[in-house]
Amino acid sequence: MSRFKDTEVCYHCGEVCDNRQLHIDDKYFCCKGCKTVYELFTDNGLAYYYDLQAAAGASPKEVVSKYNFLDSPVIVDKLTEFNEHNLQIVNLYIPHIHCSSCIWILENLNKLNISIRSSQVDFPRKTVRITYNSQKASLKQIVMLLTRIGYEPTISLDDFDNRKKQIDRSLLYKLGIAGFAFGNVMFLSLPEYFDLASSKASGGEFWLNQYQDVFRWLMFIFSLPVVFYADRDYFISAYKGLRSNLLNIDVPIALGILVLFLRSTTEIIFDWGPGFFDSLTGLVFFLLLGKFFQQKTYSFLSFERDYKSYFPIAVTRITREGKEETTQVHDIRKGDRLLIRNEELIPVDGVLKIGPARIDYSFVTGEAEPVMKKVGDTIFAGGKQLNGAIELEALKSVSQSYLTQLWGNSIFHQDKSSKFETLTDSIGKRFTFTVLIIAFVATSYWLYQNPSMALNVFTSVLIIACPCAIALASPFTLGNMLRIFGRKKFYLKDTSTIEQLAQIDTAIFDKTGTITSAKKSTATYEGMALTLEEESLLKNTLRASNHPLSRTLYQLLSEHNILTLDEYEEFAGKGLTGSKDSSQIKIGSADFVGMPIASNAYKTSVHISSNDHYKGCYVFHNQYREGLSALFDSMSGTLQLAILSGDNEAEKTRLEQLLPKLTPLYFNQRPEDKLRFIKSLQQAGHKVLMVGDGLNDAGALAQSDVGIAISENVNVFSPACDAILDASKFQQLYDYIKASKRAMKIIKLSFGLSLMYNMVGLYFAVTGQLQPVIAAILMPLSSISIVAFTTVMTNLLGRKLP
Amino acid sequence: MSVIYVLLSISLLVAIIFFAAFIVSIRRGQYDDTYTPSVRILFEDELVKPPKILGPGKTRSFQDLETKKNQSTLKKEKSI
Repeated sequence: MSRFKDTEVCYHCGEVCDNRQLHIDDKYFCCKGCKTVYELFTDNGLAYYYDLQAAAGASPKEVVSKYNFLDSPVIVDKLTEFNEHNLQIVNLYIPHIHCSSCIWILENLNKLNISIRSSQVDFPRKTVRITYNSQKASLKQIVMLLTRIGYEPTISLDDFDNRKKQIDRSLLYKLGIAGFAFGNVMFLSLPEYFDLASSKASGGEFWLNQYQDVFRWLMFIFSLPVVFYADRDYFISAYKGLRSNLLNIDVPIALGILVLFLRSTTEIIFDWGPGFFDSLTGLVFFLLLGKFFQQKTYSFLSFERDYKSYFPIAVTRITREGKEETTQVHDIRKGDRLLIRNEELIPVDGVLKIGPARIDYSFVTGEAEPVMKKVGDTIFAGGKQLNGAIELEALKSVSQSYLTQLWGNSIFHQDKSSKFETLTDSIGKRFTFTVLIIAFVATSYWLYQNPSMALNVFTSVLIIACPCAIALASPFTLGNMLRIFGRKKFYLKDTSTIEQLAQIDTAIFDKTGTITSAKKSTATYEGMALTLEEESLLKNTLRASNHPLSRTLYQLLSEHNILTLDEYEEFAGKGLTGSKDSSQIKIGSADFVGMPIASNAYKTSVHISSNDHYKGCYVFHNQYREGLSALFDSMSGTLQLAILSGDNEAEKTRLEQLLPKLTPLYFNQRPEDKLRFIKSLQQAGHKVLMVGDGLNDAGALAQSDVGIAISENVNVFSPACDAILDASKFQQLYDYIKASKRAMKIIKLSFGLSLMYNMVGLYFAVTGQLQPVIAAILMPLSSISIVAFTTVMTNLLGRKLP
Repeated sequence: MSVIYVLLSISLLVAIIFFAAFIVSIRRGQYDDTYTPSVRILFEDELVKPPKILGPGKTRSFQDLETKKNQSTLKKEKSI
C-alpha cells in the first residue's frame, strides 16, 4: 500500500505517475510517450522548455494512419495558405497551446526538423503558422511531428471547406482615421477657442486671424475622410432602418453628423464662423471607440460551428479490389465500403458489414452509454467507434445523413441578431421623435420672432441632440460585462446576448453532458458484500483492462496491493476473468457471469461472480453536476424550467428527486423534436434559454433566444451557440442571468444621465446661443462621464459575481 | 511667405508620416495578434546558444550536439 503514497508527478505533462518505472535520473514520467518527448527535446537542445514552465506538455497520442489523408495533394493544397515551388505555409489550430513554453517550443520547431523555415504562434487564436520546404518535408510529416511532441493539431472538414478567411480590419482603419482627424482638428481650432471675440470681421488684432481661412479649410479637409469613410456604418445602418420603417439609434446620429458637416461647411464658405469640425470628428471618434470596445472577440472560440468542425476531412475507403484508399468525406457515395478505425468518427449513415461495433453517440444523441451494434445493423453518422476497426457500407452521402440533415433547417440560415430590437434602438425611436418635435417647434418660434436665426436654431438642435452619450452607454456597459463574464469563464458571442439573457423567462436544459458530468460517474454496489481478498482480486483484474467501465470502476475502488495474477483473460463485449491461487473472479455482463435475468434493463451495470458464485453488481449512475439542485431551486422562482433529453428514461426517478417538484422531464427527444419544442414555446410568447452541449442540441440552440453550450474544455468542439459556459461554472448560471439584468439597469441609468446633458445643450440650442466651443466642451464631457459611470458600475457589479 | 506656413506644413508632414505608419502596421497584421509578441520578447536567444541544461554528468560540445541533432532528425524522418 505504501508504494503509491509518495506519488511522483510526470516531469513532462504533470499527470500523477502510476508507477515509478519510467524515469531518467530524478525525473519521472507517466508514460513512454512523455519520456520520448523529453528525450527528443533534451537531445535537440530544447530543455529550456521545462525551465520556462514546469510540466507544460501533453502526452502524445498514438497515431498510425490517422493522417494518411494528408498524402493527397488536393487536400494539402486546400489546407495550405501558400503552396508554390517548394514552399508551403500552413496555419494549424492546436488546442493544447496554453503557456509560454508552448510558444517557445513551437517557434523552435526548426530544431526538430531542419526543413521547417519558420514557425510563428498566434497565442490568442491558438494557431501556429509553419513555413517549410515542401521538397524536404510534407504536410503529413509536419503534422506527425507536432503530434509526436504532444501538440496534435485539429484538422476538420471545416478547415477544408472554408479556407483563407479575410480578417476584417476596417474598424481599426476607421478608428485610426477618426482619431487622427480629431487630434489635428482640435489642434487647428485652438486659435479659435482662445480668440472667440475678435474674429477678423470684428477687427481682431491677433496676428493669427489673418491665417484663419487656412486653418478652417485645413479642418475641412481633415473632416472629409471622417465624413465619407469613417462613419459609413452609421449612414448605412440608418438607411437600412428607415427603409424598413424603423427609427433606430443610428438615424439621429447620422442626421447629427450630416447637419454638423453641412452647417460647418456653409459657415466657413461664407465666413460666418469656424464651424463644428472639432465636435464632428470627436463625435465620430468616440462612437467608433465604443464600437471597438464592444467588439471583444474570443478568437480561440468559435460560435459558428456546425457538424463540419467535428467531422474528419477524409476516411479510408475499400475499393472493389480490396485495396485501402483515402477518400474525401464529400466524395463518399452510396454503396461505398468504408473502414473505420478505433476512435474514428463515422461520417455517413451506413450498414455494418464487419463488426461488432461499440459506438459512442453521447455527443450526437445524448445517450450516455456506448451502443453495441451487430453486423447488419444500421449505424448513424456522428458516432465514434470505440473497439477496434469496423467496416460499413454507406447508405447516403454525408450531407443527407440523419444528423447532418438537421443543418438543412432554415433556422441555421437566419441571422438571429437582426430580429432583436435592442434597448438602445427602442429608446432611440422615442428620442428621435422628441428631438425632431423640439427642432420644429423651436424653428417655428424663431421664424416668427427673428427669421434670420431660424436655420441656426434648427441645425443647433440637431447637432447638440446627437445622441452620442446614449449610443455609448450600451457598448461600454455591455462590452465591459462581456469582459467580466469572460474572466468568469462565461464566453458570450456578442453584447446583444446579454440583453437577450436579461429578458428570458424559460430555461430548457439538455441532460447528458449538460446537467451530468462527462468526466465522472459513480457506481453503487448491490448484492452480497465482497470479502477483502475478493475486492483485491477484483481491483487487480480490472487493472489490466482498458474498457471504459473497468477504468471507472478501478478508480472507484479503494487501494489494494498490486498482485501478479496467475491467469487473466478479456472477452470482448462480455467481460473479464482473473485468478490468483485458488480463487477465480468473473466480471462482466449478466449472462457472462451466470446470472440468468437482467434485473434492470435500462441501467448500466457490471456483474461479479467469485468461484462461480454470483455475488452482485455495480450499477453505474450519471454523475450530476455539483449544485444542480440548488441551481434549479433558485431558478424555479422566476423561470420556467424543463429537461429535454435524448436519452432513455433510466434516470427519471433520480432526476425527480433532485429537481424541484413538477419540473417537466422529456425523454427520447430527437434533435428535430428539441428544435420544435423550443419553437412552440416561442410561439406561445416565451423568451427561451436553451442550455445544451452536443450536436443534437444544435437545432434547439439555434432556435432559442439564447443558446448556451456547456463545455468541459472550451477548446474542444461545441456546437453553434450564443455563449459558451465552462462546466466548472455551471452552478453560477443563475447569478450570470441576474447580473445581465442588473447591467440593463445600469444602461437605463446612464440614459438618464445623458439626457441631462442633452437638456443643458438644448437650452443653448433653442435660445440660439450655441457656440462651437460649447458644443466642443459638452460633447466629450458627456461621453467621458457616461463611459466613466458605466465602467465603474459594471466593475462594482463584476466584483460581486462569484 | 510667412513662417506659419512652414510650421504648418512640418506639423502636417509629421502627422501624416505617423498616420501612414499606423495604416501600414495594420495592413501588415501587427494588430491581429497583440498578445504573443509580449511573451516572445521575454525569451532569451536560445536559438543560437548551445543549451545550458544537459543531463548531469554529461558534457557535450555544441559540435556534438549538432551531429546528434542531425542524426535524430534523420532517425525521425525514417520512422515517419
